[in-house]
Amino acid sequence: MTRKTFEEFPIASVFLGRHGRACPGHPCLGSGSKDVDARVKPAHDGGNAASRRDVLRASGAIFASGVLPGTGSFTQHAHAQAVTVEPAAITPALVQAAGKEGKLAFYTAMDLPVAEKFGKAFEARYPGISVRVERSGAERVFQRIGQEMESRIHAVDVVNSADAAHFIVWKRNGWLDSYLPEEVARHYPAAFYDPDGLWVTTRVWLSSLGYNTNLVRPEDAPKSFADLLDAKWTGRMVKAHPAYSGTIMTATFQIVRELGWGYLEKLAKQKVLQVQSSTDPPKKLALGERAVMADGNDYNLIQLKEAGQAVEVVYPAEGTPLVAGPSAIFKSAPNPNAARLFQNWLHSLEAQQLLVDFARQHSAHPQVREKPGAHKLNDIKTWKDDPAGVEKASEEIKTRYAQLFKV
Amino acid sequence: MTIALPAARAPRPYRLDLSWPILILFAALLCGLIILPMFWLLYYSLVDRNGAFTLANFKTLIVDPIFVEPMITTLILAVSSSIICCAVAAPMSWLVARTDMPLRRTVRALVTASFVTPPFLGAIAWELLAAPNSGLLNKIYRTVTGAPQDEHLFNIYSLGGLIFVISCYTFPYVFVLLANALDRIPGDLEDASSILGGRTWTTARRVTIPLALPALVAGALVAFLQAMTLFGSPAILAIPAGFHTMTTKIWSLFNYPPKPGLAAAASVPLLVLTVLLLRAEHLILGRRSYSVVGGKQGDPRLVRLGPMRWAALSCVFVVLLCPVFLPYGALINATFSPVATSFVSFDTFTLQNIRFVFFELSATKLAVKNTFVLGIASATIGTLMALVIAYLTTRRAIPGYRTLGFLATAPVAIPGIVLGVGLFLSYARPPFVLYGTLWILLLAFVTIALPAAYQQLQSAFRFVHTDLEDASRILGSTRLRTLRDITAPLLRTSVIATWCFIFVGVIRELSAAIMLFTSETKVISVLIFDLNESGDLGAISVLGLIMLVVTFAVVVAVNRIPGFSEARLRNA
Repeated sequence: MTRKTFEEFPIASVFLGRHGRACPGHPCLGSGSKDVDARVKPAHDGGNAASRRDVLRASGAIFASGVLPGTGSFTQHAHAQAVTVEPAAITPALVQAAGKEGKLAFYTAMDLPVAEKFGKAFEARYPGISVRVERSGAERVFQRIGQEMESRIHAVDVVNSADAAHFIVWKRNGWLDSYLPEEVARHYPAAFYDPDGLWVTTRVWLSSLGYNTNLVRPEDAPKSFADLLDAKWTGRMVKAHPAYSGTIMTATFQIVRELGWGYLEKLAKQKVLQVQSSTDPPKKLALGERAVMADGNDYNLIQLKEAGQAVEVVYPAEGTPLVAGPSAIFKSAPNPNAARLFQNWLHSLEAQQLLVDFARQHSAHPQVREKPGAHKLNDIKTWKDDPAGVEKASEEIKTRYAQLFKV
Repeated sequence: MTIALPAARAPRPYRLDLSWPILILFAALLCGLIILPMFWLLYYSLVDRNGAFTLANFKTLIVDPIFVEPMITTLILAVSSSIICCAVAAPMSWLVARTDMPLRRTVRALVTASFVTPPFLGAIAWELLAAPNSGLLNKIYRTVTGAPQDEHLFNIYSLGGLIFVISCYTFPYVFVLLANALDRIPGDLEDASSILGGRTWTTARRVTIPLALPALVAGALVAFLQAMTLFGSPAILAIPAGFHTMTTKIWSLFNYPPKPGLAAAASVPLLVLTVLLLRAEHLILGRRSYSVVGGKQGDPRLVRLGPMRWAALSCVFVVLLCPVFLPYGALINATFSPVATSFVSFDTFTLQNIRFVFFELSATKLAVKNTFVLGIASATIGTLMALVIAYLTTRRAIPGYRTLGFLATAPVAIPGIVLGVGLFLSYARPPFVLYGTLWILLLAFVTIALPAAYQQLQSAFRFVHTDLEDASRILGSTRLRTLRDITAPLLRTSVIATWCFIFVGVIRELSAAIMLFTSETKVISVLIFDLNESGDLGAISVLGLIMLVVTFAVVVAVNRIPGFSEARLRNA
């Protein structure tokens, strides 16, 4: 089939601005330099990256450099290959078969109330199918699924993670079912789904900084990662954990790539309150437990701010880690039809609009309308995500992080 | 269960001797519960990935600072908690058991309340109360003193805070042991001392304290073990503060990529230390028998406190603020408040948290169902097993009864998290794949509950003298009928009490469950722990209060049973 290029979509301009600036490339993990652009930029998969980039640029598919979600290493393949699966629409037969199964297990790393909101919206749309949300940190979800598969327990139907690297592993293991929702094939930019239909990027968000406006005046608030190392924030920050949260794993990878381990070494001496989930630092800010968050979800902060809580988002000057959350169906899904229906619905305009309006995240669906006055992704200086890099570095990150932060 | 027993007791030539099959069945069952998990635990700690023998895991344990530090922390934690528990429980139990302080029964009931409060729930409640900036107590402190925003009175995210919270929910063990011992010290001995001219202090020093000392030492050991093997409270309070204890370290080794060998090795010191300390406790408590054997005892003399009695009561209530009143208040406040650590008012009162837990949180139904299924099944199976084993051992019904008794008591030496690791290693891979089912949790809960249930029923059986059963037999009834008409009615109270205590124990269990659950076998305690990691404090408060309501309903029901005395708590 033919795939539309990104610029054909009206919403594309939101993303296009991102690609006007120089691509930071894929500098090596562990490099301590902050001067990103001055460095040599080896690609994570060797020397052919430049030529590939040229090809991609020529093709007009500007996502390809992986600035956007769930793309990273997948993107190149996405453009190199044609879609191999027939897109599937929601048919009455599918709805009926799903209704017979009557339930599905949705493993996810998104904030619990957000996940339950999606579950309830799906249940309202397709009565008779109940969604059981199994929420934990993405790294915990990854470990649980691995353990369950090893013990031949087939419980998961659909997974939505906060660490796109997990899909590399699951794809390699042959655990994912091939299913491409028709709406995704028709509307989504190619970078946001696997050409074999193994995953679709459901949501995009940032790991930002933030502060409590009762405790910190705007002019005193940290503006950058470097500001967090100031002695005045010692004992006043909260931070989530990369061995639990996929958002934080992804963010830590990018922070290390851009700022080096030296930054985290200094941050570890700041006596941070170490929580687990990236959804928790925003909540700890809202409680007033800590004045500043060193990482965490921007979407929870936006939600809390809109609910009248005294919190404010800060997108750091150096750049903000960008996180993509793909979804996939497992081959061993106990409720395969309900899983397909859910995967299809989750990427429909209805669900994606919910993602933007309620969950305050970003959608790849070009017809979704942003809330007026909301931060636009292309107004923010974001760092590039790199799932393949995260996959290679995750064990090292967990080990070194535990050494630095003691937990 | 007891149908086979008559044959076991009085085998006739033409009937099959069932004593060996029974012994083998129960011994096999107990081996599956205890010996197999411990075997795999030791095996995995001693082999590398290829199955070759290695001591590398233990070397890492001793050399690597990421293990050495938690070990030191755990020792500091256990020793301090133990000392604090004794310092608090000793005067309190004396006031309750030996003085005329008012409201003594209420105080005992409140100690029971702190006894059955899940420690992890207490830890979360204390986060609400004493987190340095958002804690309710610190807020009150700042409002009252006008202290600046960044000043605080308490910091629960610290080793001191953790010791405090653990002590809150461990001191009841010491209290119950001591209060029971003090209850049992015969007044006659003290009277004798007084008659011989001993003053109050002399009597206390020469009679009362020596008689209570073994119980105090035993209490100190129990508190030490509790503090050492607890998982929930350190996971909730220590990790945010940036340090690990042994239990949280073991648990973190199961994060991806899991390191079961290292986790098994790290479990061994906990196991060895527990066995050694229980051995020590046994030696100390064994000596106690000289003091209060047999004979009719005078009621304990109550010391008259005079006007001090109200001061004493106030002190006791101040102590009880910490495990009961303040945490429960914080949970209730968080349930109805939009922000967990804001004081609820008429303007802010909300039912959103309750609505969320009951109508939006899709995990609630399954977790509640699993918890009840497991609670009822574990309590029933555990009570039946304990009943049969207690019968066999007290009546010496079959050869090898000592082995059975030993096996039934052995799990007391296995900390919950260690049992969790052991069961996981035993039953997560072929040939016995129980992981992912409720069965593996059932195994864990029954194993954990068995020693207390067995002890409780054993003492109940001792109370039913064989004379009564023999009388029934002489009058011509069969052994089965004797069991039904004589033994069973006499034991009913103890059996129901045992059942309820296992049930309550299962509801609050976290440290084994956290190792063994899967998404479909989640229980309420694990759900609460999950919610804590994502910071959903409102939902936790609702679920926590549900747990407490169920628990108290059961405890109250037990106390309504005629003939049930609070002394039974000792064994729970």
